[in-house]
Amino acid sequence: MTIYRYDKSFEGLLTAIFYAYTRRQFPDRLVGCGEPLPLFADEVFEVVSDAAHADRVWKGLERKVKQRELLSAITFAWLSELPEVDMLLFRYIRKLFDFKGNFSFNLGDADVLQVHKIWRKVSQERLRVCQFLRFQKTADGIYFAALAPLYNVLPLTLPHLTDRFADQSWLLYDLKREYGYYYNGKEAEEVRFADRPEHLRTGRLDASQMDADEAAFQQLWQTYFQATAIRERLNPRLHRQNMPARFWPYLTEKYGK
Amino acid sequence: MKSSVLDKLKILAESAKYDVSCASSGTSRSHRSGAIGSAAGWGICHSFAADGRCISLLKIMLTNYCMYDCAYCINRRSNDIPRATFSVSELVELTIEFYRRNYIEGLFLSSGVVRNPDYTMERMVRVAKDLRTVHHFNGYIHLKSIPGASEALVHEAGLYADRLSVNIEIPNEQSLQMLAPDKNFQSVFSPMRYIQQGVLQSAEERKHFRSAPRFAPAGQSTQMIIGATPDSDQSILRLSSALYRRQSMKRVYYSGYIHINKYDTRLPALRQAPLVRENRLYQADWLLRFYQFQVDEIVNDAYPNLDLEVDPKLSWALRHPEFFPVDINKADYELLLRIPGVGVKSAKAILFARRYGRLGTYQLKKIGVVMKKAQYFITTAELPSPTIQEISPEGVRRLLVKPNKQAADERQLALSFPDDV
Repeated sequence: MTIYRYDKSFEGLLTAIFYAYTRRQFPDRLVGCGEPLPLFADEVFEVVSDAAHADRVWKGLERKVKQRELLSAITFAWLSELPEVDMLLFRYIRKLFDFKGNFSFNLGDADVLQVHKIWRKVSQERLRVCQFLRFQKTADGIYFAALAPLYNVLPLTLPHLTDRFADQSWLLYDLKREYGYYYNGKEAEEVRFADRPEHLRTGRLDASQMDADEAAFQQLWQTYFQATAIRERLNPRLHRQNMPARFWPYLTEKYGK
Repeated sequence: MKSSVLDKLKILAESAKYDVSCASSGTSRSHRSGAIGSAAGWGICHSFAADGRCISLLKIMLTNYCMYDCAYCINRRSNDIPRATFSVSELVELTIEFYRRNYIEGLFLSSGVVRNPDYTMERMVRVAKDLRTVHHFNGYIHLKSIPGASEALVHEAGLYADRLSVNIEIPNEQSLQMLAPDKNFQSVFSPMRYIQQGVLQSAEERKHFRSAPRFAPAGQSTQMIIGATPDSDQSILRLSSALYRRQSMKRVYYSGYIHINKYDTRLPALRQAPLVRENRLYQADWLLRFYQFQVDEIVNDAYPNLDLEVDPKLSWALRHPEFFPVDINKADYELLLRIPGVGVKSAKAILFARRYGRLGTYQLKKIGVVMKKAQYFITTAELPSPTIQEISPEGVRRLLVKPNKQAADERQLALSFPDDV
């Protein structure tokens, strides 16, 4: 069995593809540095991530594939951070390269279908973050939102959020992966914090950190949320299906539910 | 923010909640410098109320005082409910602050009729105008056009709003006259016509000048109440299909009647809103808009009402076994769409996937076809299985309709109470 060992970065994956084609030898398994090797590993090739090689592979993909969704599916699936997704993407990219003619989503193929499914799941999660993030205005005028999405989708939400909230400064924080993006009115940059105060663990500001009007607006929104439901048509199952319970701790209208 | 706003918000949200429409789709606008927000083309639902309906826009009334006395409406003049009125500045501040916190996509403003339709319409237009021109609000605005409003006001509303709507409410003029004596079809359809003209005119002007103002870029919508009058599904869907022929009409909403004004004897005393019928109407609506069905294929003189047991497409298929079985690997797109269990997405996926090889049931299942239904209507690359031709339509219906969960126990004597009809 041929094993490629790489650093578990996206650049590393593309470099691995580069070496596979130049060495004309395709791995049966990809492992991260420090992970134990599987049994029967006859040959282990160490992939050293290289920006130039990775760039060349990506450019080649862009030249080869006309349908842009096929490429965005790769980045979306990568951000799912699912355990076996690297090998899946390796096979998928190989199919894209080796196919003669214009490739399209062939859902009859197991790998393509799998990538397509993961892509759908991740874009669904991206949409949910855009739907359910709730900004709280802090005393210093920054809008703060925190949640814990299933997949690492914050980078995917940035185009929408920087366009929508372009004239306010905000901080969007991923509680699970412990990083976030701060937008200063011009551009969004990645931020990490050394210590984790209360609001970076629960996602909620306490009264001293809030803007003077913030509590009032939260109460207004909660009131509106209650008032707009039609009591004759209560449907808890549909409610839960559309707004999964894992988002409730971070939703203003669901506090204390 | 004054505490009175909280009470007003509660009262006016309660009054507005029976309106079904909450779509924020149809307009795509990116951020402009100096303005607030953007509009996402497909619309975003920001929350879901306990009844499972989406909350995308701040759906609110400007006032719930109303001089009309429509039998089906919670805000009718003769109802004794708390009344309130928002000022323009309160509503504008509320919208913008909610928007900045990502609670909503924009504003859906409706109103009770005060003094006369034009006076009311003018006040609603003023809110939209304030939001757009003074505060440079770039999010979504949906304005309700008041029945009987003048053309000039509807036209001005269209310049600020993304979508306009006029509710038909009752699909038949006699019933409308009986339940809402202050309204008639004329007062509903003329604003609708003004909107249609505005949209066409603006499209024409924008061909010549790119800078010409857009008029209600997300078109118009309307709503009908289901179950308040004895109208058949045929008359409802005929009206919808006629409305969809206007290109500006984007959505017709169906609202299952909820018996709120219990004292009014003109209305049926329903214990529960007709939710199944409402759902079937939406399914039929989808068939009209996305599945290339004609209205007479779904409901006609022989079958004036939709089948509540099975969905309209399956019901059509059971009435027309001569179209089936369909060969998945050969049939064209229009025919694939007619198969029960195959939707728009899976029909397109089948078209793509069969370029690479013949498809079998396993792959169809993976693609997302509902094989439970589709299996009786298709042939695939595999050996044939029994289809509707062998089993007969009645047999397929029996297989697909779930029997009632609990059969009545015959040993138990049933007592009927007068209330329990």
